[in-house]
Amino acid sequence: MKDVALKMIDRAKQLLESGEVARVIGWKKGDFCYDPTPAAFETVEELKDFVYDYFCGANLSKYLIQMSKKEGKTAVFLKPCDTYSFNQLIKEHRIKRENVYVIAVECLGKLDIEKIKAQGISFVTGVEVVEKDVKVFTADGETTLYKPDVVLSKCATCTKTHQVKDEEIILHERPAKDVNRFEEVEKLEAMTEEERFAFWREQLSKCIRCNACRNVCPACSCLKCVFDNPSSGVAAKANDDKFEEQLFHIIRAFHVAGRCTDCGECSRVCPQNIPLHLLNRKFIKDIDNLYGEYQAGETDEGKTPLTSYTESDAEPKDVFNGEAK
Amino acid sequence: MQEVTTEKKEFVPNIVAFCCNWCSYAGADLAGSSRLTYPANVKIIRVPCSCRVNPMFVLKAFQQGADGVILCGCHPGDCHYVTGNYYTRRRMALLYSFLNYMGIEKDRTRVEWVSAAEGAKFSAVMNDFVKTVTELGENKRLTDLRVKEGE
Repeated sequence: MKDVALKMIDRAKQLLESGEVARVIGWKKGDFCYDPTPAAFETVEELKDFVYDYFCGANLSKYLIQMSKKEGKTAVFLKPCDTYSFNQLIKEHRIKRENVYVIAVECLGKLDIEKIKAQGISFVTGVEVVEKDVKVFTADGETTLYKPDVVLSKCATCTKTHQVKDEEIILHERPAKDVNRFEEVEKLEAMTEEERFAFWREQLSKCIRCNACRNVCPACSCLKCVFDNPSSGVAAKANDDKFEEQLFHIIRAFHVAGRCTDCGECSRVCPQNIPLHLLNRKFIKDIDNLYGEYQAGETDEGKTPLTSYTESDAEPKDVFNGEAK
Repeated sequence: MQEVTTEKKEFVPNIVAFCCNWCSYAGADLAGSSRLTYPANVKIIRVPCSCRVNPMFVLKAFQQGADGVILCGCHPGDCHYVTGNYYTRRRMALLYSFLNYMGIEKDRTRVEWVSAAEGAKFSAVMNDFVKTVTELGENKRLTDLRVKEGE
């Protein structure tokens, strides 16, 4: 990953120096090795803080809504999953494509610091990844972990490939994966109603209504969000009403249904570790089953499943567990 | 002294029915003028088209104490606005399936197509829906998610 990062910095330098772009969006070094944050770099000097490593899980496509409207071109580094969000935003006319220069970068699966910490490891000072071994360096030594155990949940089932690129920086080919991303959804569907209700009550009662999932979601790009409208009845924070958290998550999942690219950012940013992607995946699975397979963001044109119909669609009463009778 | 009653009060569910102005609302009207009965606890809300029903309306109804929500519109193909109910059909199929995924009983939600000529169907549908929801009992799940068992 280090050689890729060096290439990226080189390329960013060239683009900024030649004046081809006015700014580059990438990841900036954080306080710790595991918290790089998305940032816009406008000068070559600023690039000294540029990083790209196994903790750069953030999806940069949403920042382009603002950045592509500024003067001059914006270069952006997009991982495979980010390019789906990018396409979806183009489709919704939120990004000015002509103002963006997309550099596709490789992603070999990003690590989840919470999962590393959960293994009893703290004071992480660095990581080194060799195939499926993650060497974690800490203040008092080093430990080797099995990579599939500590990747972000969005990376565990990812089979996405680059959909958009003006150029690419890819040095290592990603091994092909044979995974079923709906496995967890199917597990929930196989439960009884009581069990499912207990599961979601347990999970959603942890919600503190910080709105991080909404703010990070590339599909949540409305200028005026329903949750910011005080008269909607759902703008309030936790504890205002027992029902709020559930209502919030149902509405949010429904609003992004058919547009969610399954980028998994909602689960990554949730401070309470609620598996929010399981809500969106249910919609994706149902849409696939009922209206034909559909991957949002695969192209930047065409209709979404919820803005189209066929005369022979399944009746709501015949749909059970996502299958039409 | 006051008599202590041990008998349980019979449960009467609160039902909200969203009816489209052009077909189902007229169907309800026909049921009335044909002297066909349907339970008085069905509260009809008239909407211009079944497509007007935002999923939030359904959730809000449950939040405010409805025990069952039913949505009635023109038969697919007969929509006054040509295609409105086709969108409703997709939307509600997904919403109801999703609510069930979160553990809400599937029988609390329903979509039925009732035309202006189907007064008898309207009455039958409402009687059947009220019966189903009465058997399910009070809606607790969509109002008390944050209250843990035993609290």
